[in-house]
Amino acid sequence: MLNRTQQDKVLLGAIWASASITILFLLWVMWHILSNGLSHVSWEFITGAYTRIGEASGIWAMIVSTVYMVGLSLSIAAPIGIMTAIYLTEYAKPGSKIVKVIRFCTESLAGIPSIVYGLFGMTFFVTTLGLGFSILAGSLTLSMLILPVIIRTTEEALMAVPISYREGGYALGATKIYTIWRLILPSAMPGIITSIILSIGRVIGESAPVFLTAGMVTQIPESVLESGRTLTVHLYKLTQELFTQSEWDQAYATATILIVLVLALNLATKIITNRYNKVSH
Amino acid sequence: MDSAMTTNTLKLPEKATKKRDWIETVFHLLFLGCAMVGVLSVATIAWFVFHEGLPAFQQAGISEIIFGREWLPPALFGIAPMIVASLISTLGAVIIGVPIAILTAVFLAELAPKWLANLVRPAVELLAGIPSVVYGFFGLVIIVPMIEVLFHIPAGNTILAGIIVLAIMILPTVITISETSLRALPSTYKEAALALGASHIYSIFRVLIPAARSGIYTGISLGVARAIGETMAIIMVMGNAPAMPGSLLEPARTLTANIAMEMSYATGIHASALYSTGIVLLVFIVLLNASLLYLNHKRSH
Repeated sequence: MLNRTQQDKVLLGAIWASASITILFLLWVMWHILSNGLSHVSWEFITGAYTRIGEASGIWAMIVSTVYMVGLSLSIAAPIGIMTAIYLTEYAKPGSKIVKVIRFCTESLAGIPSIVYGLFGMTFFVTTLGLGFSILAGSLTLSMLILPVIIRTTEEALMAVPISYREGGYALGATKIYTIWRLILPSAMPGIITSIILSIGRVIGESAPVFLTAGMVTQIPESVLESGRTLTVHLYKLTQELFTQSEWDQAYATATILIVLVLALNLATKIITNRYNKVSH
Repeated sequence: MDSAMTTNTLKLPEKATKKRDWIETVFHLLFLGCAMVGVLSVATIAWFVFHEGLPAFQQAGISEIIFGREWLPPALFGIAPMIVASLISTLGAVIIGVPIAILTAVFLAELAPKWLANLVRPAVELLAGIPSVVYGFFGLVIIVPMIEVLFHIPAGNTILAGIIVLAIMILPTVITISETSLRALPSTYKEAALALGASHIYSIFRVLIPAARSGIYTGISLGVARAIGETMAIIMVMGNAPAMPGSLLEPARTLTANIAMEMSYATGIHASALYSTGIVLLVFIVLLNASLLYLNHKRSH
């Protein structure tokens, strides 16, 4: 049998080995994609139209579709999510039945696998409501998916606002809604913006519920009622037919752009949290 | 005159108060209405999924669907192979990923020099945000060919490839949450263990990890949820054959892949069978959350 010191050494070794494996894999994924993709990301690639087999094929249509999808999903989910959080923190009695019901439902929404959203969105928004495969149907589906993220993060931000702000507002004779609008929301703003950035990441990253509701047409959608292909769906479609070198290059370049986008969103969150922490101390 | 003026001046603020109250009520109702959207969404999704999935259960029978081994729509709707594929790939990912993730969390919280932890932590957070298709792509171009070479098989699109990709994907989730719960422990726990003569490592494994258990369980359950709900990465690396897999080196189709691959052209009873696939998936998620509740509940007693 091993004695204590030997046991410790084995366990210490396991910890270092695990950490190395994690770091190694993370670096490998990033390095493999970026080293193969960065050289193919060019201005022509970003702003070019998609031609299935040309050297000059680009992804402008997918970028536009992704931007539409992000904008529309957020303009549906952000107001609803933020107002839900305001209701939960400022209006509802803590622990009351209605709060429990709302909490349970938000948690359930967060637990539903995204493919089930796709299933539901395709039947409900695409077929039953007759929206067809469209940016609108996709955005409605995704806005349900990001709603719990926005509610939870905004709630945390609102709860972190000191109670004295509210008391101060009321003591000065301000109404509840005025206090919320002028005192509580501004001081919770960094948290709310973080929640929005998190959901942008979620919308950009989703793929299964997107192609089931927004379709995968490679044209620039002229209205929200037209189908569009987002960047993630595009990467998926590209990987299904990797034959020529140009198709490989396009796949790597698209993956690179996705990673760069996620990196930019992460940096934005970091900057906001840092600035906020500085102000509050 | 005098009395009329006083009533006037008294009336004005009253009117203003009424208007103010009215605005307050409108906003209160608006916020409540928004809070109801989430409730309504869950209700609609649940109703739709069950309403659409029931015909398949009624026509084919619950046991035919859950235990049936043949998936030949619109005649046979056995999803036992998909259930097995989902469970095996998730279990495999957990067996490989969770120990590595927990030990990495220990490393970040307890052992790593500050500069290294400050480098690795943001990198791990970044990886949590990377879209699953990117992981799928990585799996397709690196893991799949590697399996072909290592095991001398013609097609590397296997359950094993799925397991490895899922294991990588759940790392960030489990690491981040486990590390947070390890860091949230009061420093007195460690100090007391060290004061009693326990070594650092011994106190980590006998005191800190058990104390942070509920957070670690939460991290694991989120990781499991991510693995069992993952769709695109799995489609890209697992081959998607709807037959019962005989070994880890055979292709298989998970519940999620079954829905994603056939939903776009399915109609009638076939679509309903895909909904019942979704119901089975939801049942797994509910069971997962129930066991998490049970574990954390048991601990608090």
